[in-house]
Amino acid sequence: MTKKVKILAPCGILGYGFPVASFEQGMRDNPDAIIVDAGSTDAGPHKLGAGVAIVSRQACKKDLQRLVRASLGNRIPLIIGSAGGSGAKKHTEWTMDIINEILEEDQLSAKIKVIWADIPNERVIQSIMDDEIRPMGTNIGKLTEEIINETNGIVAQMGAEPIIAALKENPDIIICGRAYDPSPFAAFGIYHGFDKALSYHLGKILECGALCAVPGTAKDCIMGVLEEGSFSVYPTNPIRKCTVTSVAAHTFYEKDHPYILQGPGIILNLENSNFIQEDERTVKVTDSTIQSTEKYYIKLEGARKVAYRTFVIGGIRDPLLLANLENIEKEVEDGVREYFSEMNKADFNINFINYGLNGVMGELEPDMSIPKEVGVVFEVTAKTQDMASAICSSIRSSFMHYGYEGRKSTSGNLALPFAPSDIDFGPVYEFSVYHLMEVSDGMEMFSIESYEVKNGKIS
Amino acid sequence: MERLVDLAVVLRSKNSGPFSITLDILFDNIKTYKRVKKSGIISKKRIAELYRIKEEDITELVYFEKGLGIKITFNRKISSGTVGDRDVYGAQQHAPLFEIMIPEGEIADEDSKHKNAI
Repeated sequence: MTKKVKILAPCGILGYGFPVASFEQGMRDNPDAIIVDAGSTDAGPHKLGAGVAIVSRQACKKDLQRLVRASLGNRIPLIIGSAGGSGAKKHTEWTMDIINEILEEDQLSAKIKVIWADIPNERVIQSIMDDEIRPMGTNIGKLTEEIINETNGIVAQMGAEPIIAALKENPDIIICGRAYDPSPFAAFGIYHGFDKALSYHLGKILECGALCAVPGTAKDCIMGVLEEGSFSVYPTNPIRKCTVTSVAAHTFYEKDHPYILQGPGIILNLENSNFIQEDERTVKVTDSTIQSTEKYYIKLEGARKVAYRTFVIGGIRDPLLLANLENIEKEVEDGVREYFSEMNKADFNINFINYGLNGVMGELEPDMSIPKEVGVVFEVTAKTQDMASAICSSIRSSFMHYGYEGRKSTSGNLALPFAPSDIDFGPVYEFSVYHLMEVSDGMEMFSIESYEVKNGKIS
Repeated sequence: MERLVDLAVVLRSKNSGPFSITLDILFDNIKTYKRVKKSGIISKKRIAELYRIKEEDITELVYFEKGLGIKITFNRKISSGTVGDRDVYGAQQHAPLFEIMIPEGEIADEDSKHKNAI
């Protein structure tokens, strides 16, 4: 077993960027791999549903140019998790295309592994029949064949296993489809013989870039060093440091529980981990524990189109109108619904977002005091774009001229900042699949493909 | 009595997956962490009242001493980014926590009582 391996994570999401000096400092510390997570469900279901990336192609290429050159130049592997953000076939191919373009432009050679994370609908339907699917939360419904047929492709988060299998063939670059965020990092540690719990815990920290440091950011580099019985982390940018609390508290971030983390086939428990300040900027971690789950579950993700949206942004300053805003909106909505009474009620939805009143929190807002001005968004979602557009236009014109009780401002109720005022938005998606599926092991659903680029040409 | 916002160094909300919102309250010293914990003020009941949600929709409320923090996770009524959602990242749902009032700490007293008991 190697005595020590170092992993450089340049940023929290591929395409977020990182200071060149931090990255160069990291490379001077001789890492054994460059690993970067590209994934997130944060930006909502649209990215997965519509098959688009979460960062621009330009930003992704800019980051990848630096990473590919450093990795090939120093003969250390580059591993990318959750390619293109959502990690479906389309997103993975988008990433492959950028890498191939860089290799071609620079006339470079590389052995590449691609690990696909798309799950065939038939497999999921079979699992529904075998009762091997369960929802990821108490507010998520049962998965049905109908939902699957409406969903625009399903992906699953891979564990470390397929990435370890790919590493065994010594590739230069591994492009993973959807992966559990810590998996690519954990795989590298486990492949080199290090403790599984520490490898996953390190992965959980590194996948966010320098977010575990003070000051924290996902747009800077972090180094992880695995040794027997411990790992340590430090930011490569001298303006940041890791502290015992910043590293211990990092596992709070975006997780439902602060020290129990469930992943593919594993439960990581950090309750008794020890965090030690090794030097001013480095924290050492020991005693993390991990359990393999009795049955191996992978997390499925899928999105479906649910409607088309049109919206209007407007401002209201009239105190008489603001005093009774929600009731007036209700009256306007009732009038529009009556006007379009030939339409099926289930085919459209009218929504008022009142910024300044409760726009951010909606029903959760405890403070409903009346403000000086309100920014309103009239949102209509409907079965077709034309329908959304027609109803939204009617809401806007009705509201503009609505003669509410006690009105003194008889010429118009809205300050519209833009002309035209109505914006056709296109399709709206929802996460339709967010369920666990039982599989035989971590390898079953994730196929590995290999190809080679020689002097910029795919062979 | 002090406001929670004046005691915590981090008070934030964020999605934990598209179907949940998680609230983090982090402190920079063990004394304040223990003061808030011992006050018992941050409970499922209190959070449910504050956010007008049912207690059973709060899936986690955990104190983690090593991280000097408290985490509360609750179910979203509408999942992230679909029709009717107002906060795709769930990043602005933390403000009601600010005004929670925490009584003065009685750690010293507690410690002396403990010693007396021994």
